[in-house]
Amino acid sequence: MTVIAVRKDPAALTMILEAEFDAPAERVWQLWADPRQLERWWGPPAYPATITSHDLRVGGRVVYHMTGPEGDQPKGYWEIDDVEPPRRLVFRDGFANDDGTPNTEFPESTARVSIEEVGRGKTRMSIESIFASAEAMEQMLAMGMEEGLKQAAGQIDAILAEDRGAVAEG
Amino acid sequence: MLYNRIVVSVQTVFDHDRIFGALADTTRRDIVRRAIDGREGVAQLAEHYPMSFAAVQKHVAILERAGLVTKERIGRRKVVHTNLEGLRMARRLLDQYEELWCERINRMTQLISETKETHQ
Repeated sequence: MTVIAVRKDPAALTMILEAEFDAPAERVWQLWADPRQLERWWGPPAYPATITSHDLRVGGRVVYHMTGPEGDQPKGYWEIDDVEPPRRLVFRDGFANDDGTPNTEFPESTARVSIEEVGRGKTRMSIESIFASAEAMEQMLAMGMEEGLKQAAGQIDAILAEDRGAVAEG
Repeated sequence: MLYNRIVVSVQTVFDHDRIFGALADTTRRDIVRRAIDGREGVAQLAEHYPMSFAAVQKHVAILERAGLVTKERIGRRKVVHTNLEGLRMARRLLDQYEELWCERINRMTQLISETKETHQ
């Protein structure tokens, strides 16, 4: 198992996943930079991805569709915000309409990928996923992300615990 | 089954955003807690907060759209009731997303080991 750590902060809409590979950074970078390799891991086996456009430059796009067992073809795109081969890639990941334009019914999420060699031919990769629509993000910043959102996680748990208590009493 | 998984992951991003957006406010989280027993209407809820009835009504509407509360009619009154299933879902969403990425990492590992074999 190469996934070494997963940290989730439900209230901050963030998930950080760390993985270690037995390969140099350049090899790990190719998983993202080579569309033929990207196709082989992005979609699940029954929903293979086909990359129709792949431009990993700032402002560039990756456009893809997946093909399901029923022939259905959900489409998606990335928009590249930052790139520094073979170390860093930041992109917004969203669902696309049939013509490839962003489907605004579904919010984008942002992924920050960091790739770093840690010695003895091993490379560590972290992927930070952040979900937020512009509206939700503004709202969060306005109220102070740190404090307000950490509370939210604890409070969801508290509310659920309270409910269990009430059921036990009744 | 795999078809369902994709649908779930699409749905996940959508619901996730709405639910957490709705919960990213102190007043709204407090409304969610108060409305668990579903006894108060919007007007009664509004009495707990130093803000206008309209402001509280707006908060309730945001929670309602996120599926976190529902309005129920009891006789001539309308009460606000917390939807606990919506709240539990918020806790499950990140787990599903984690699984999606862990599977991708496994496929990456597989791909790297395959290319090694062909080079050797």
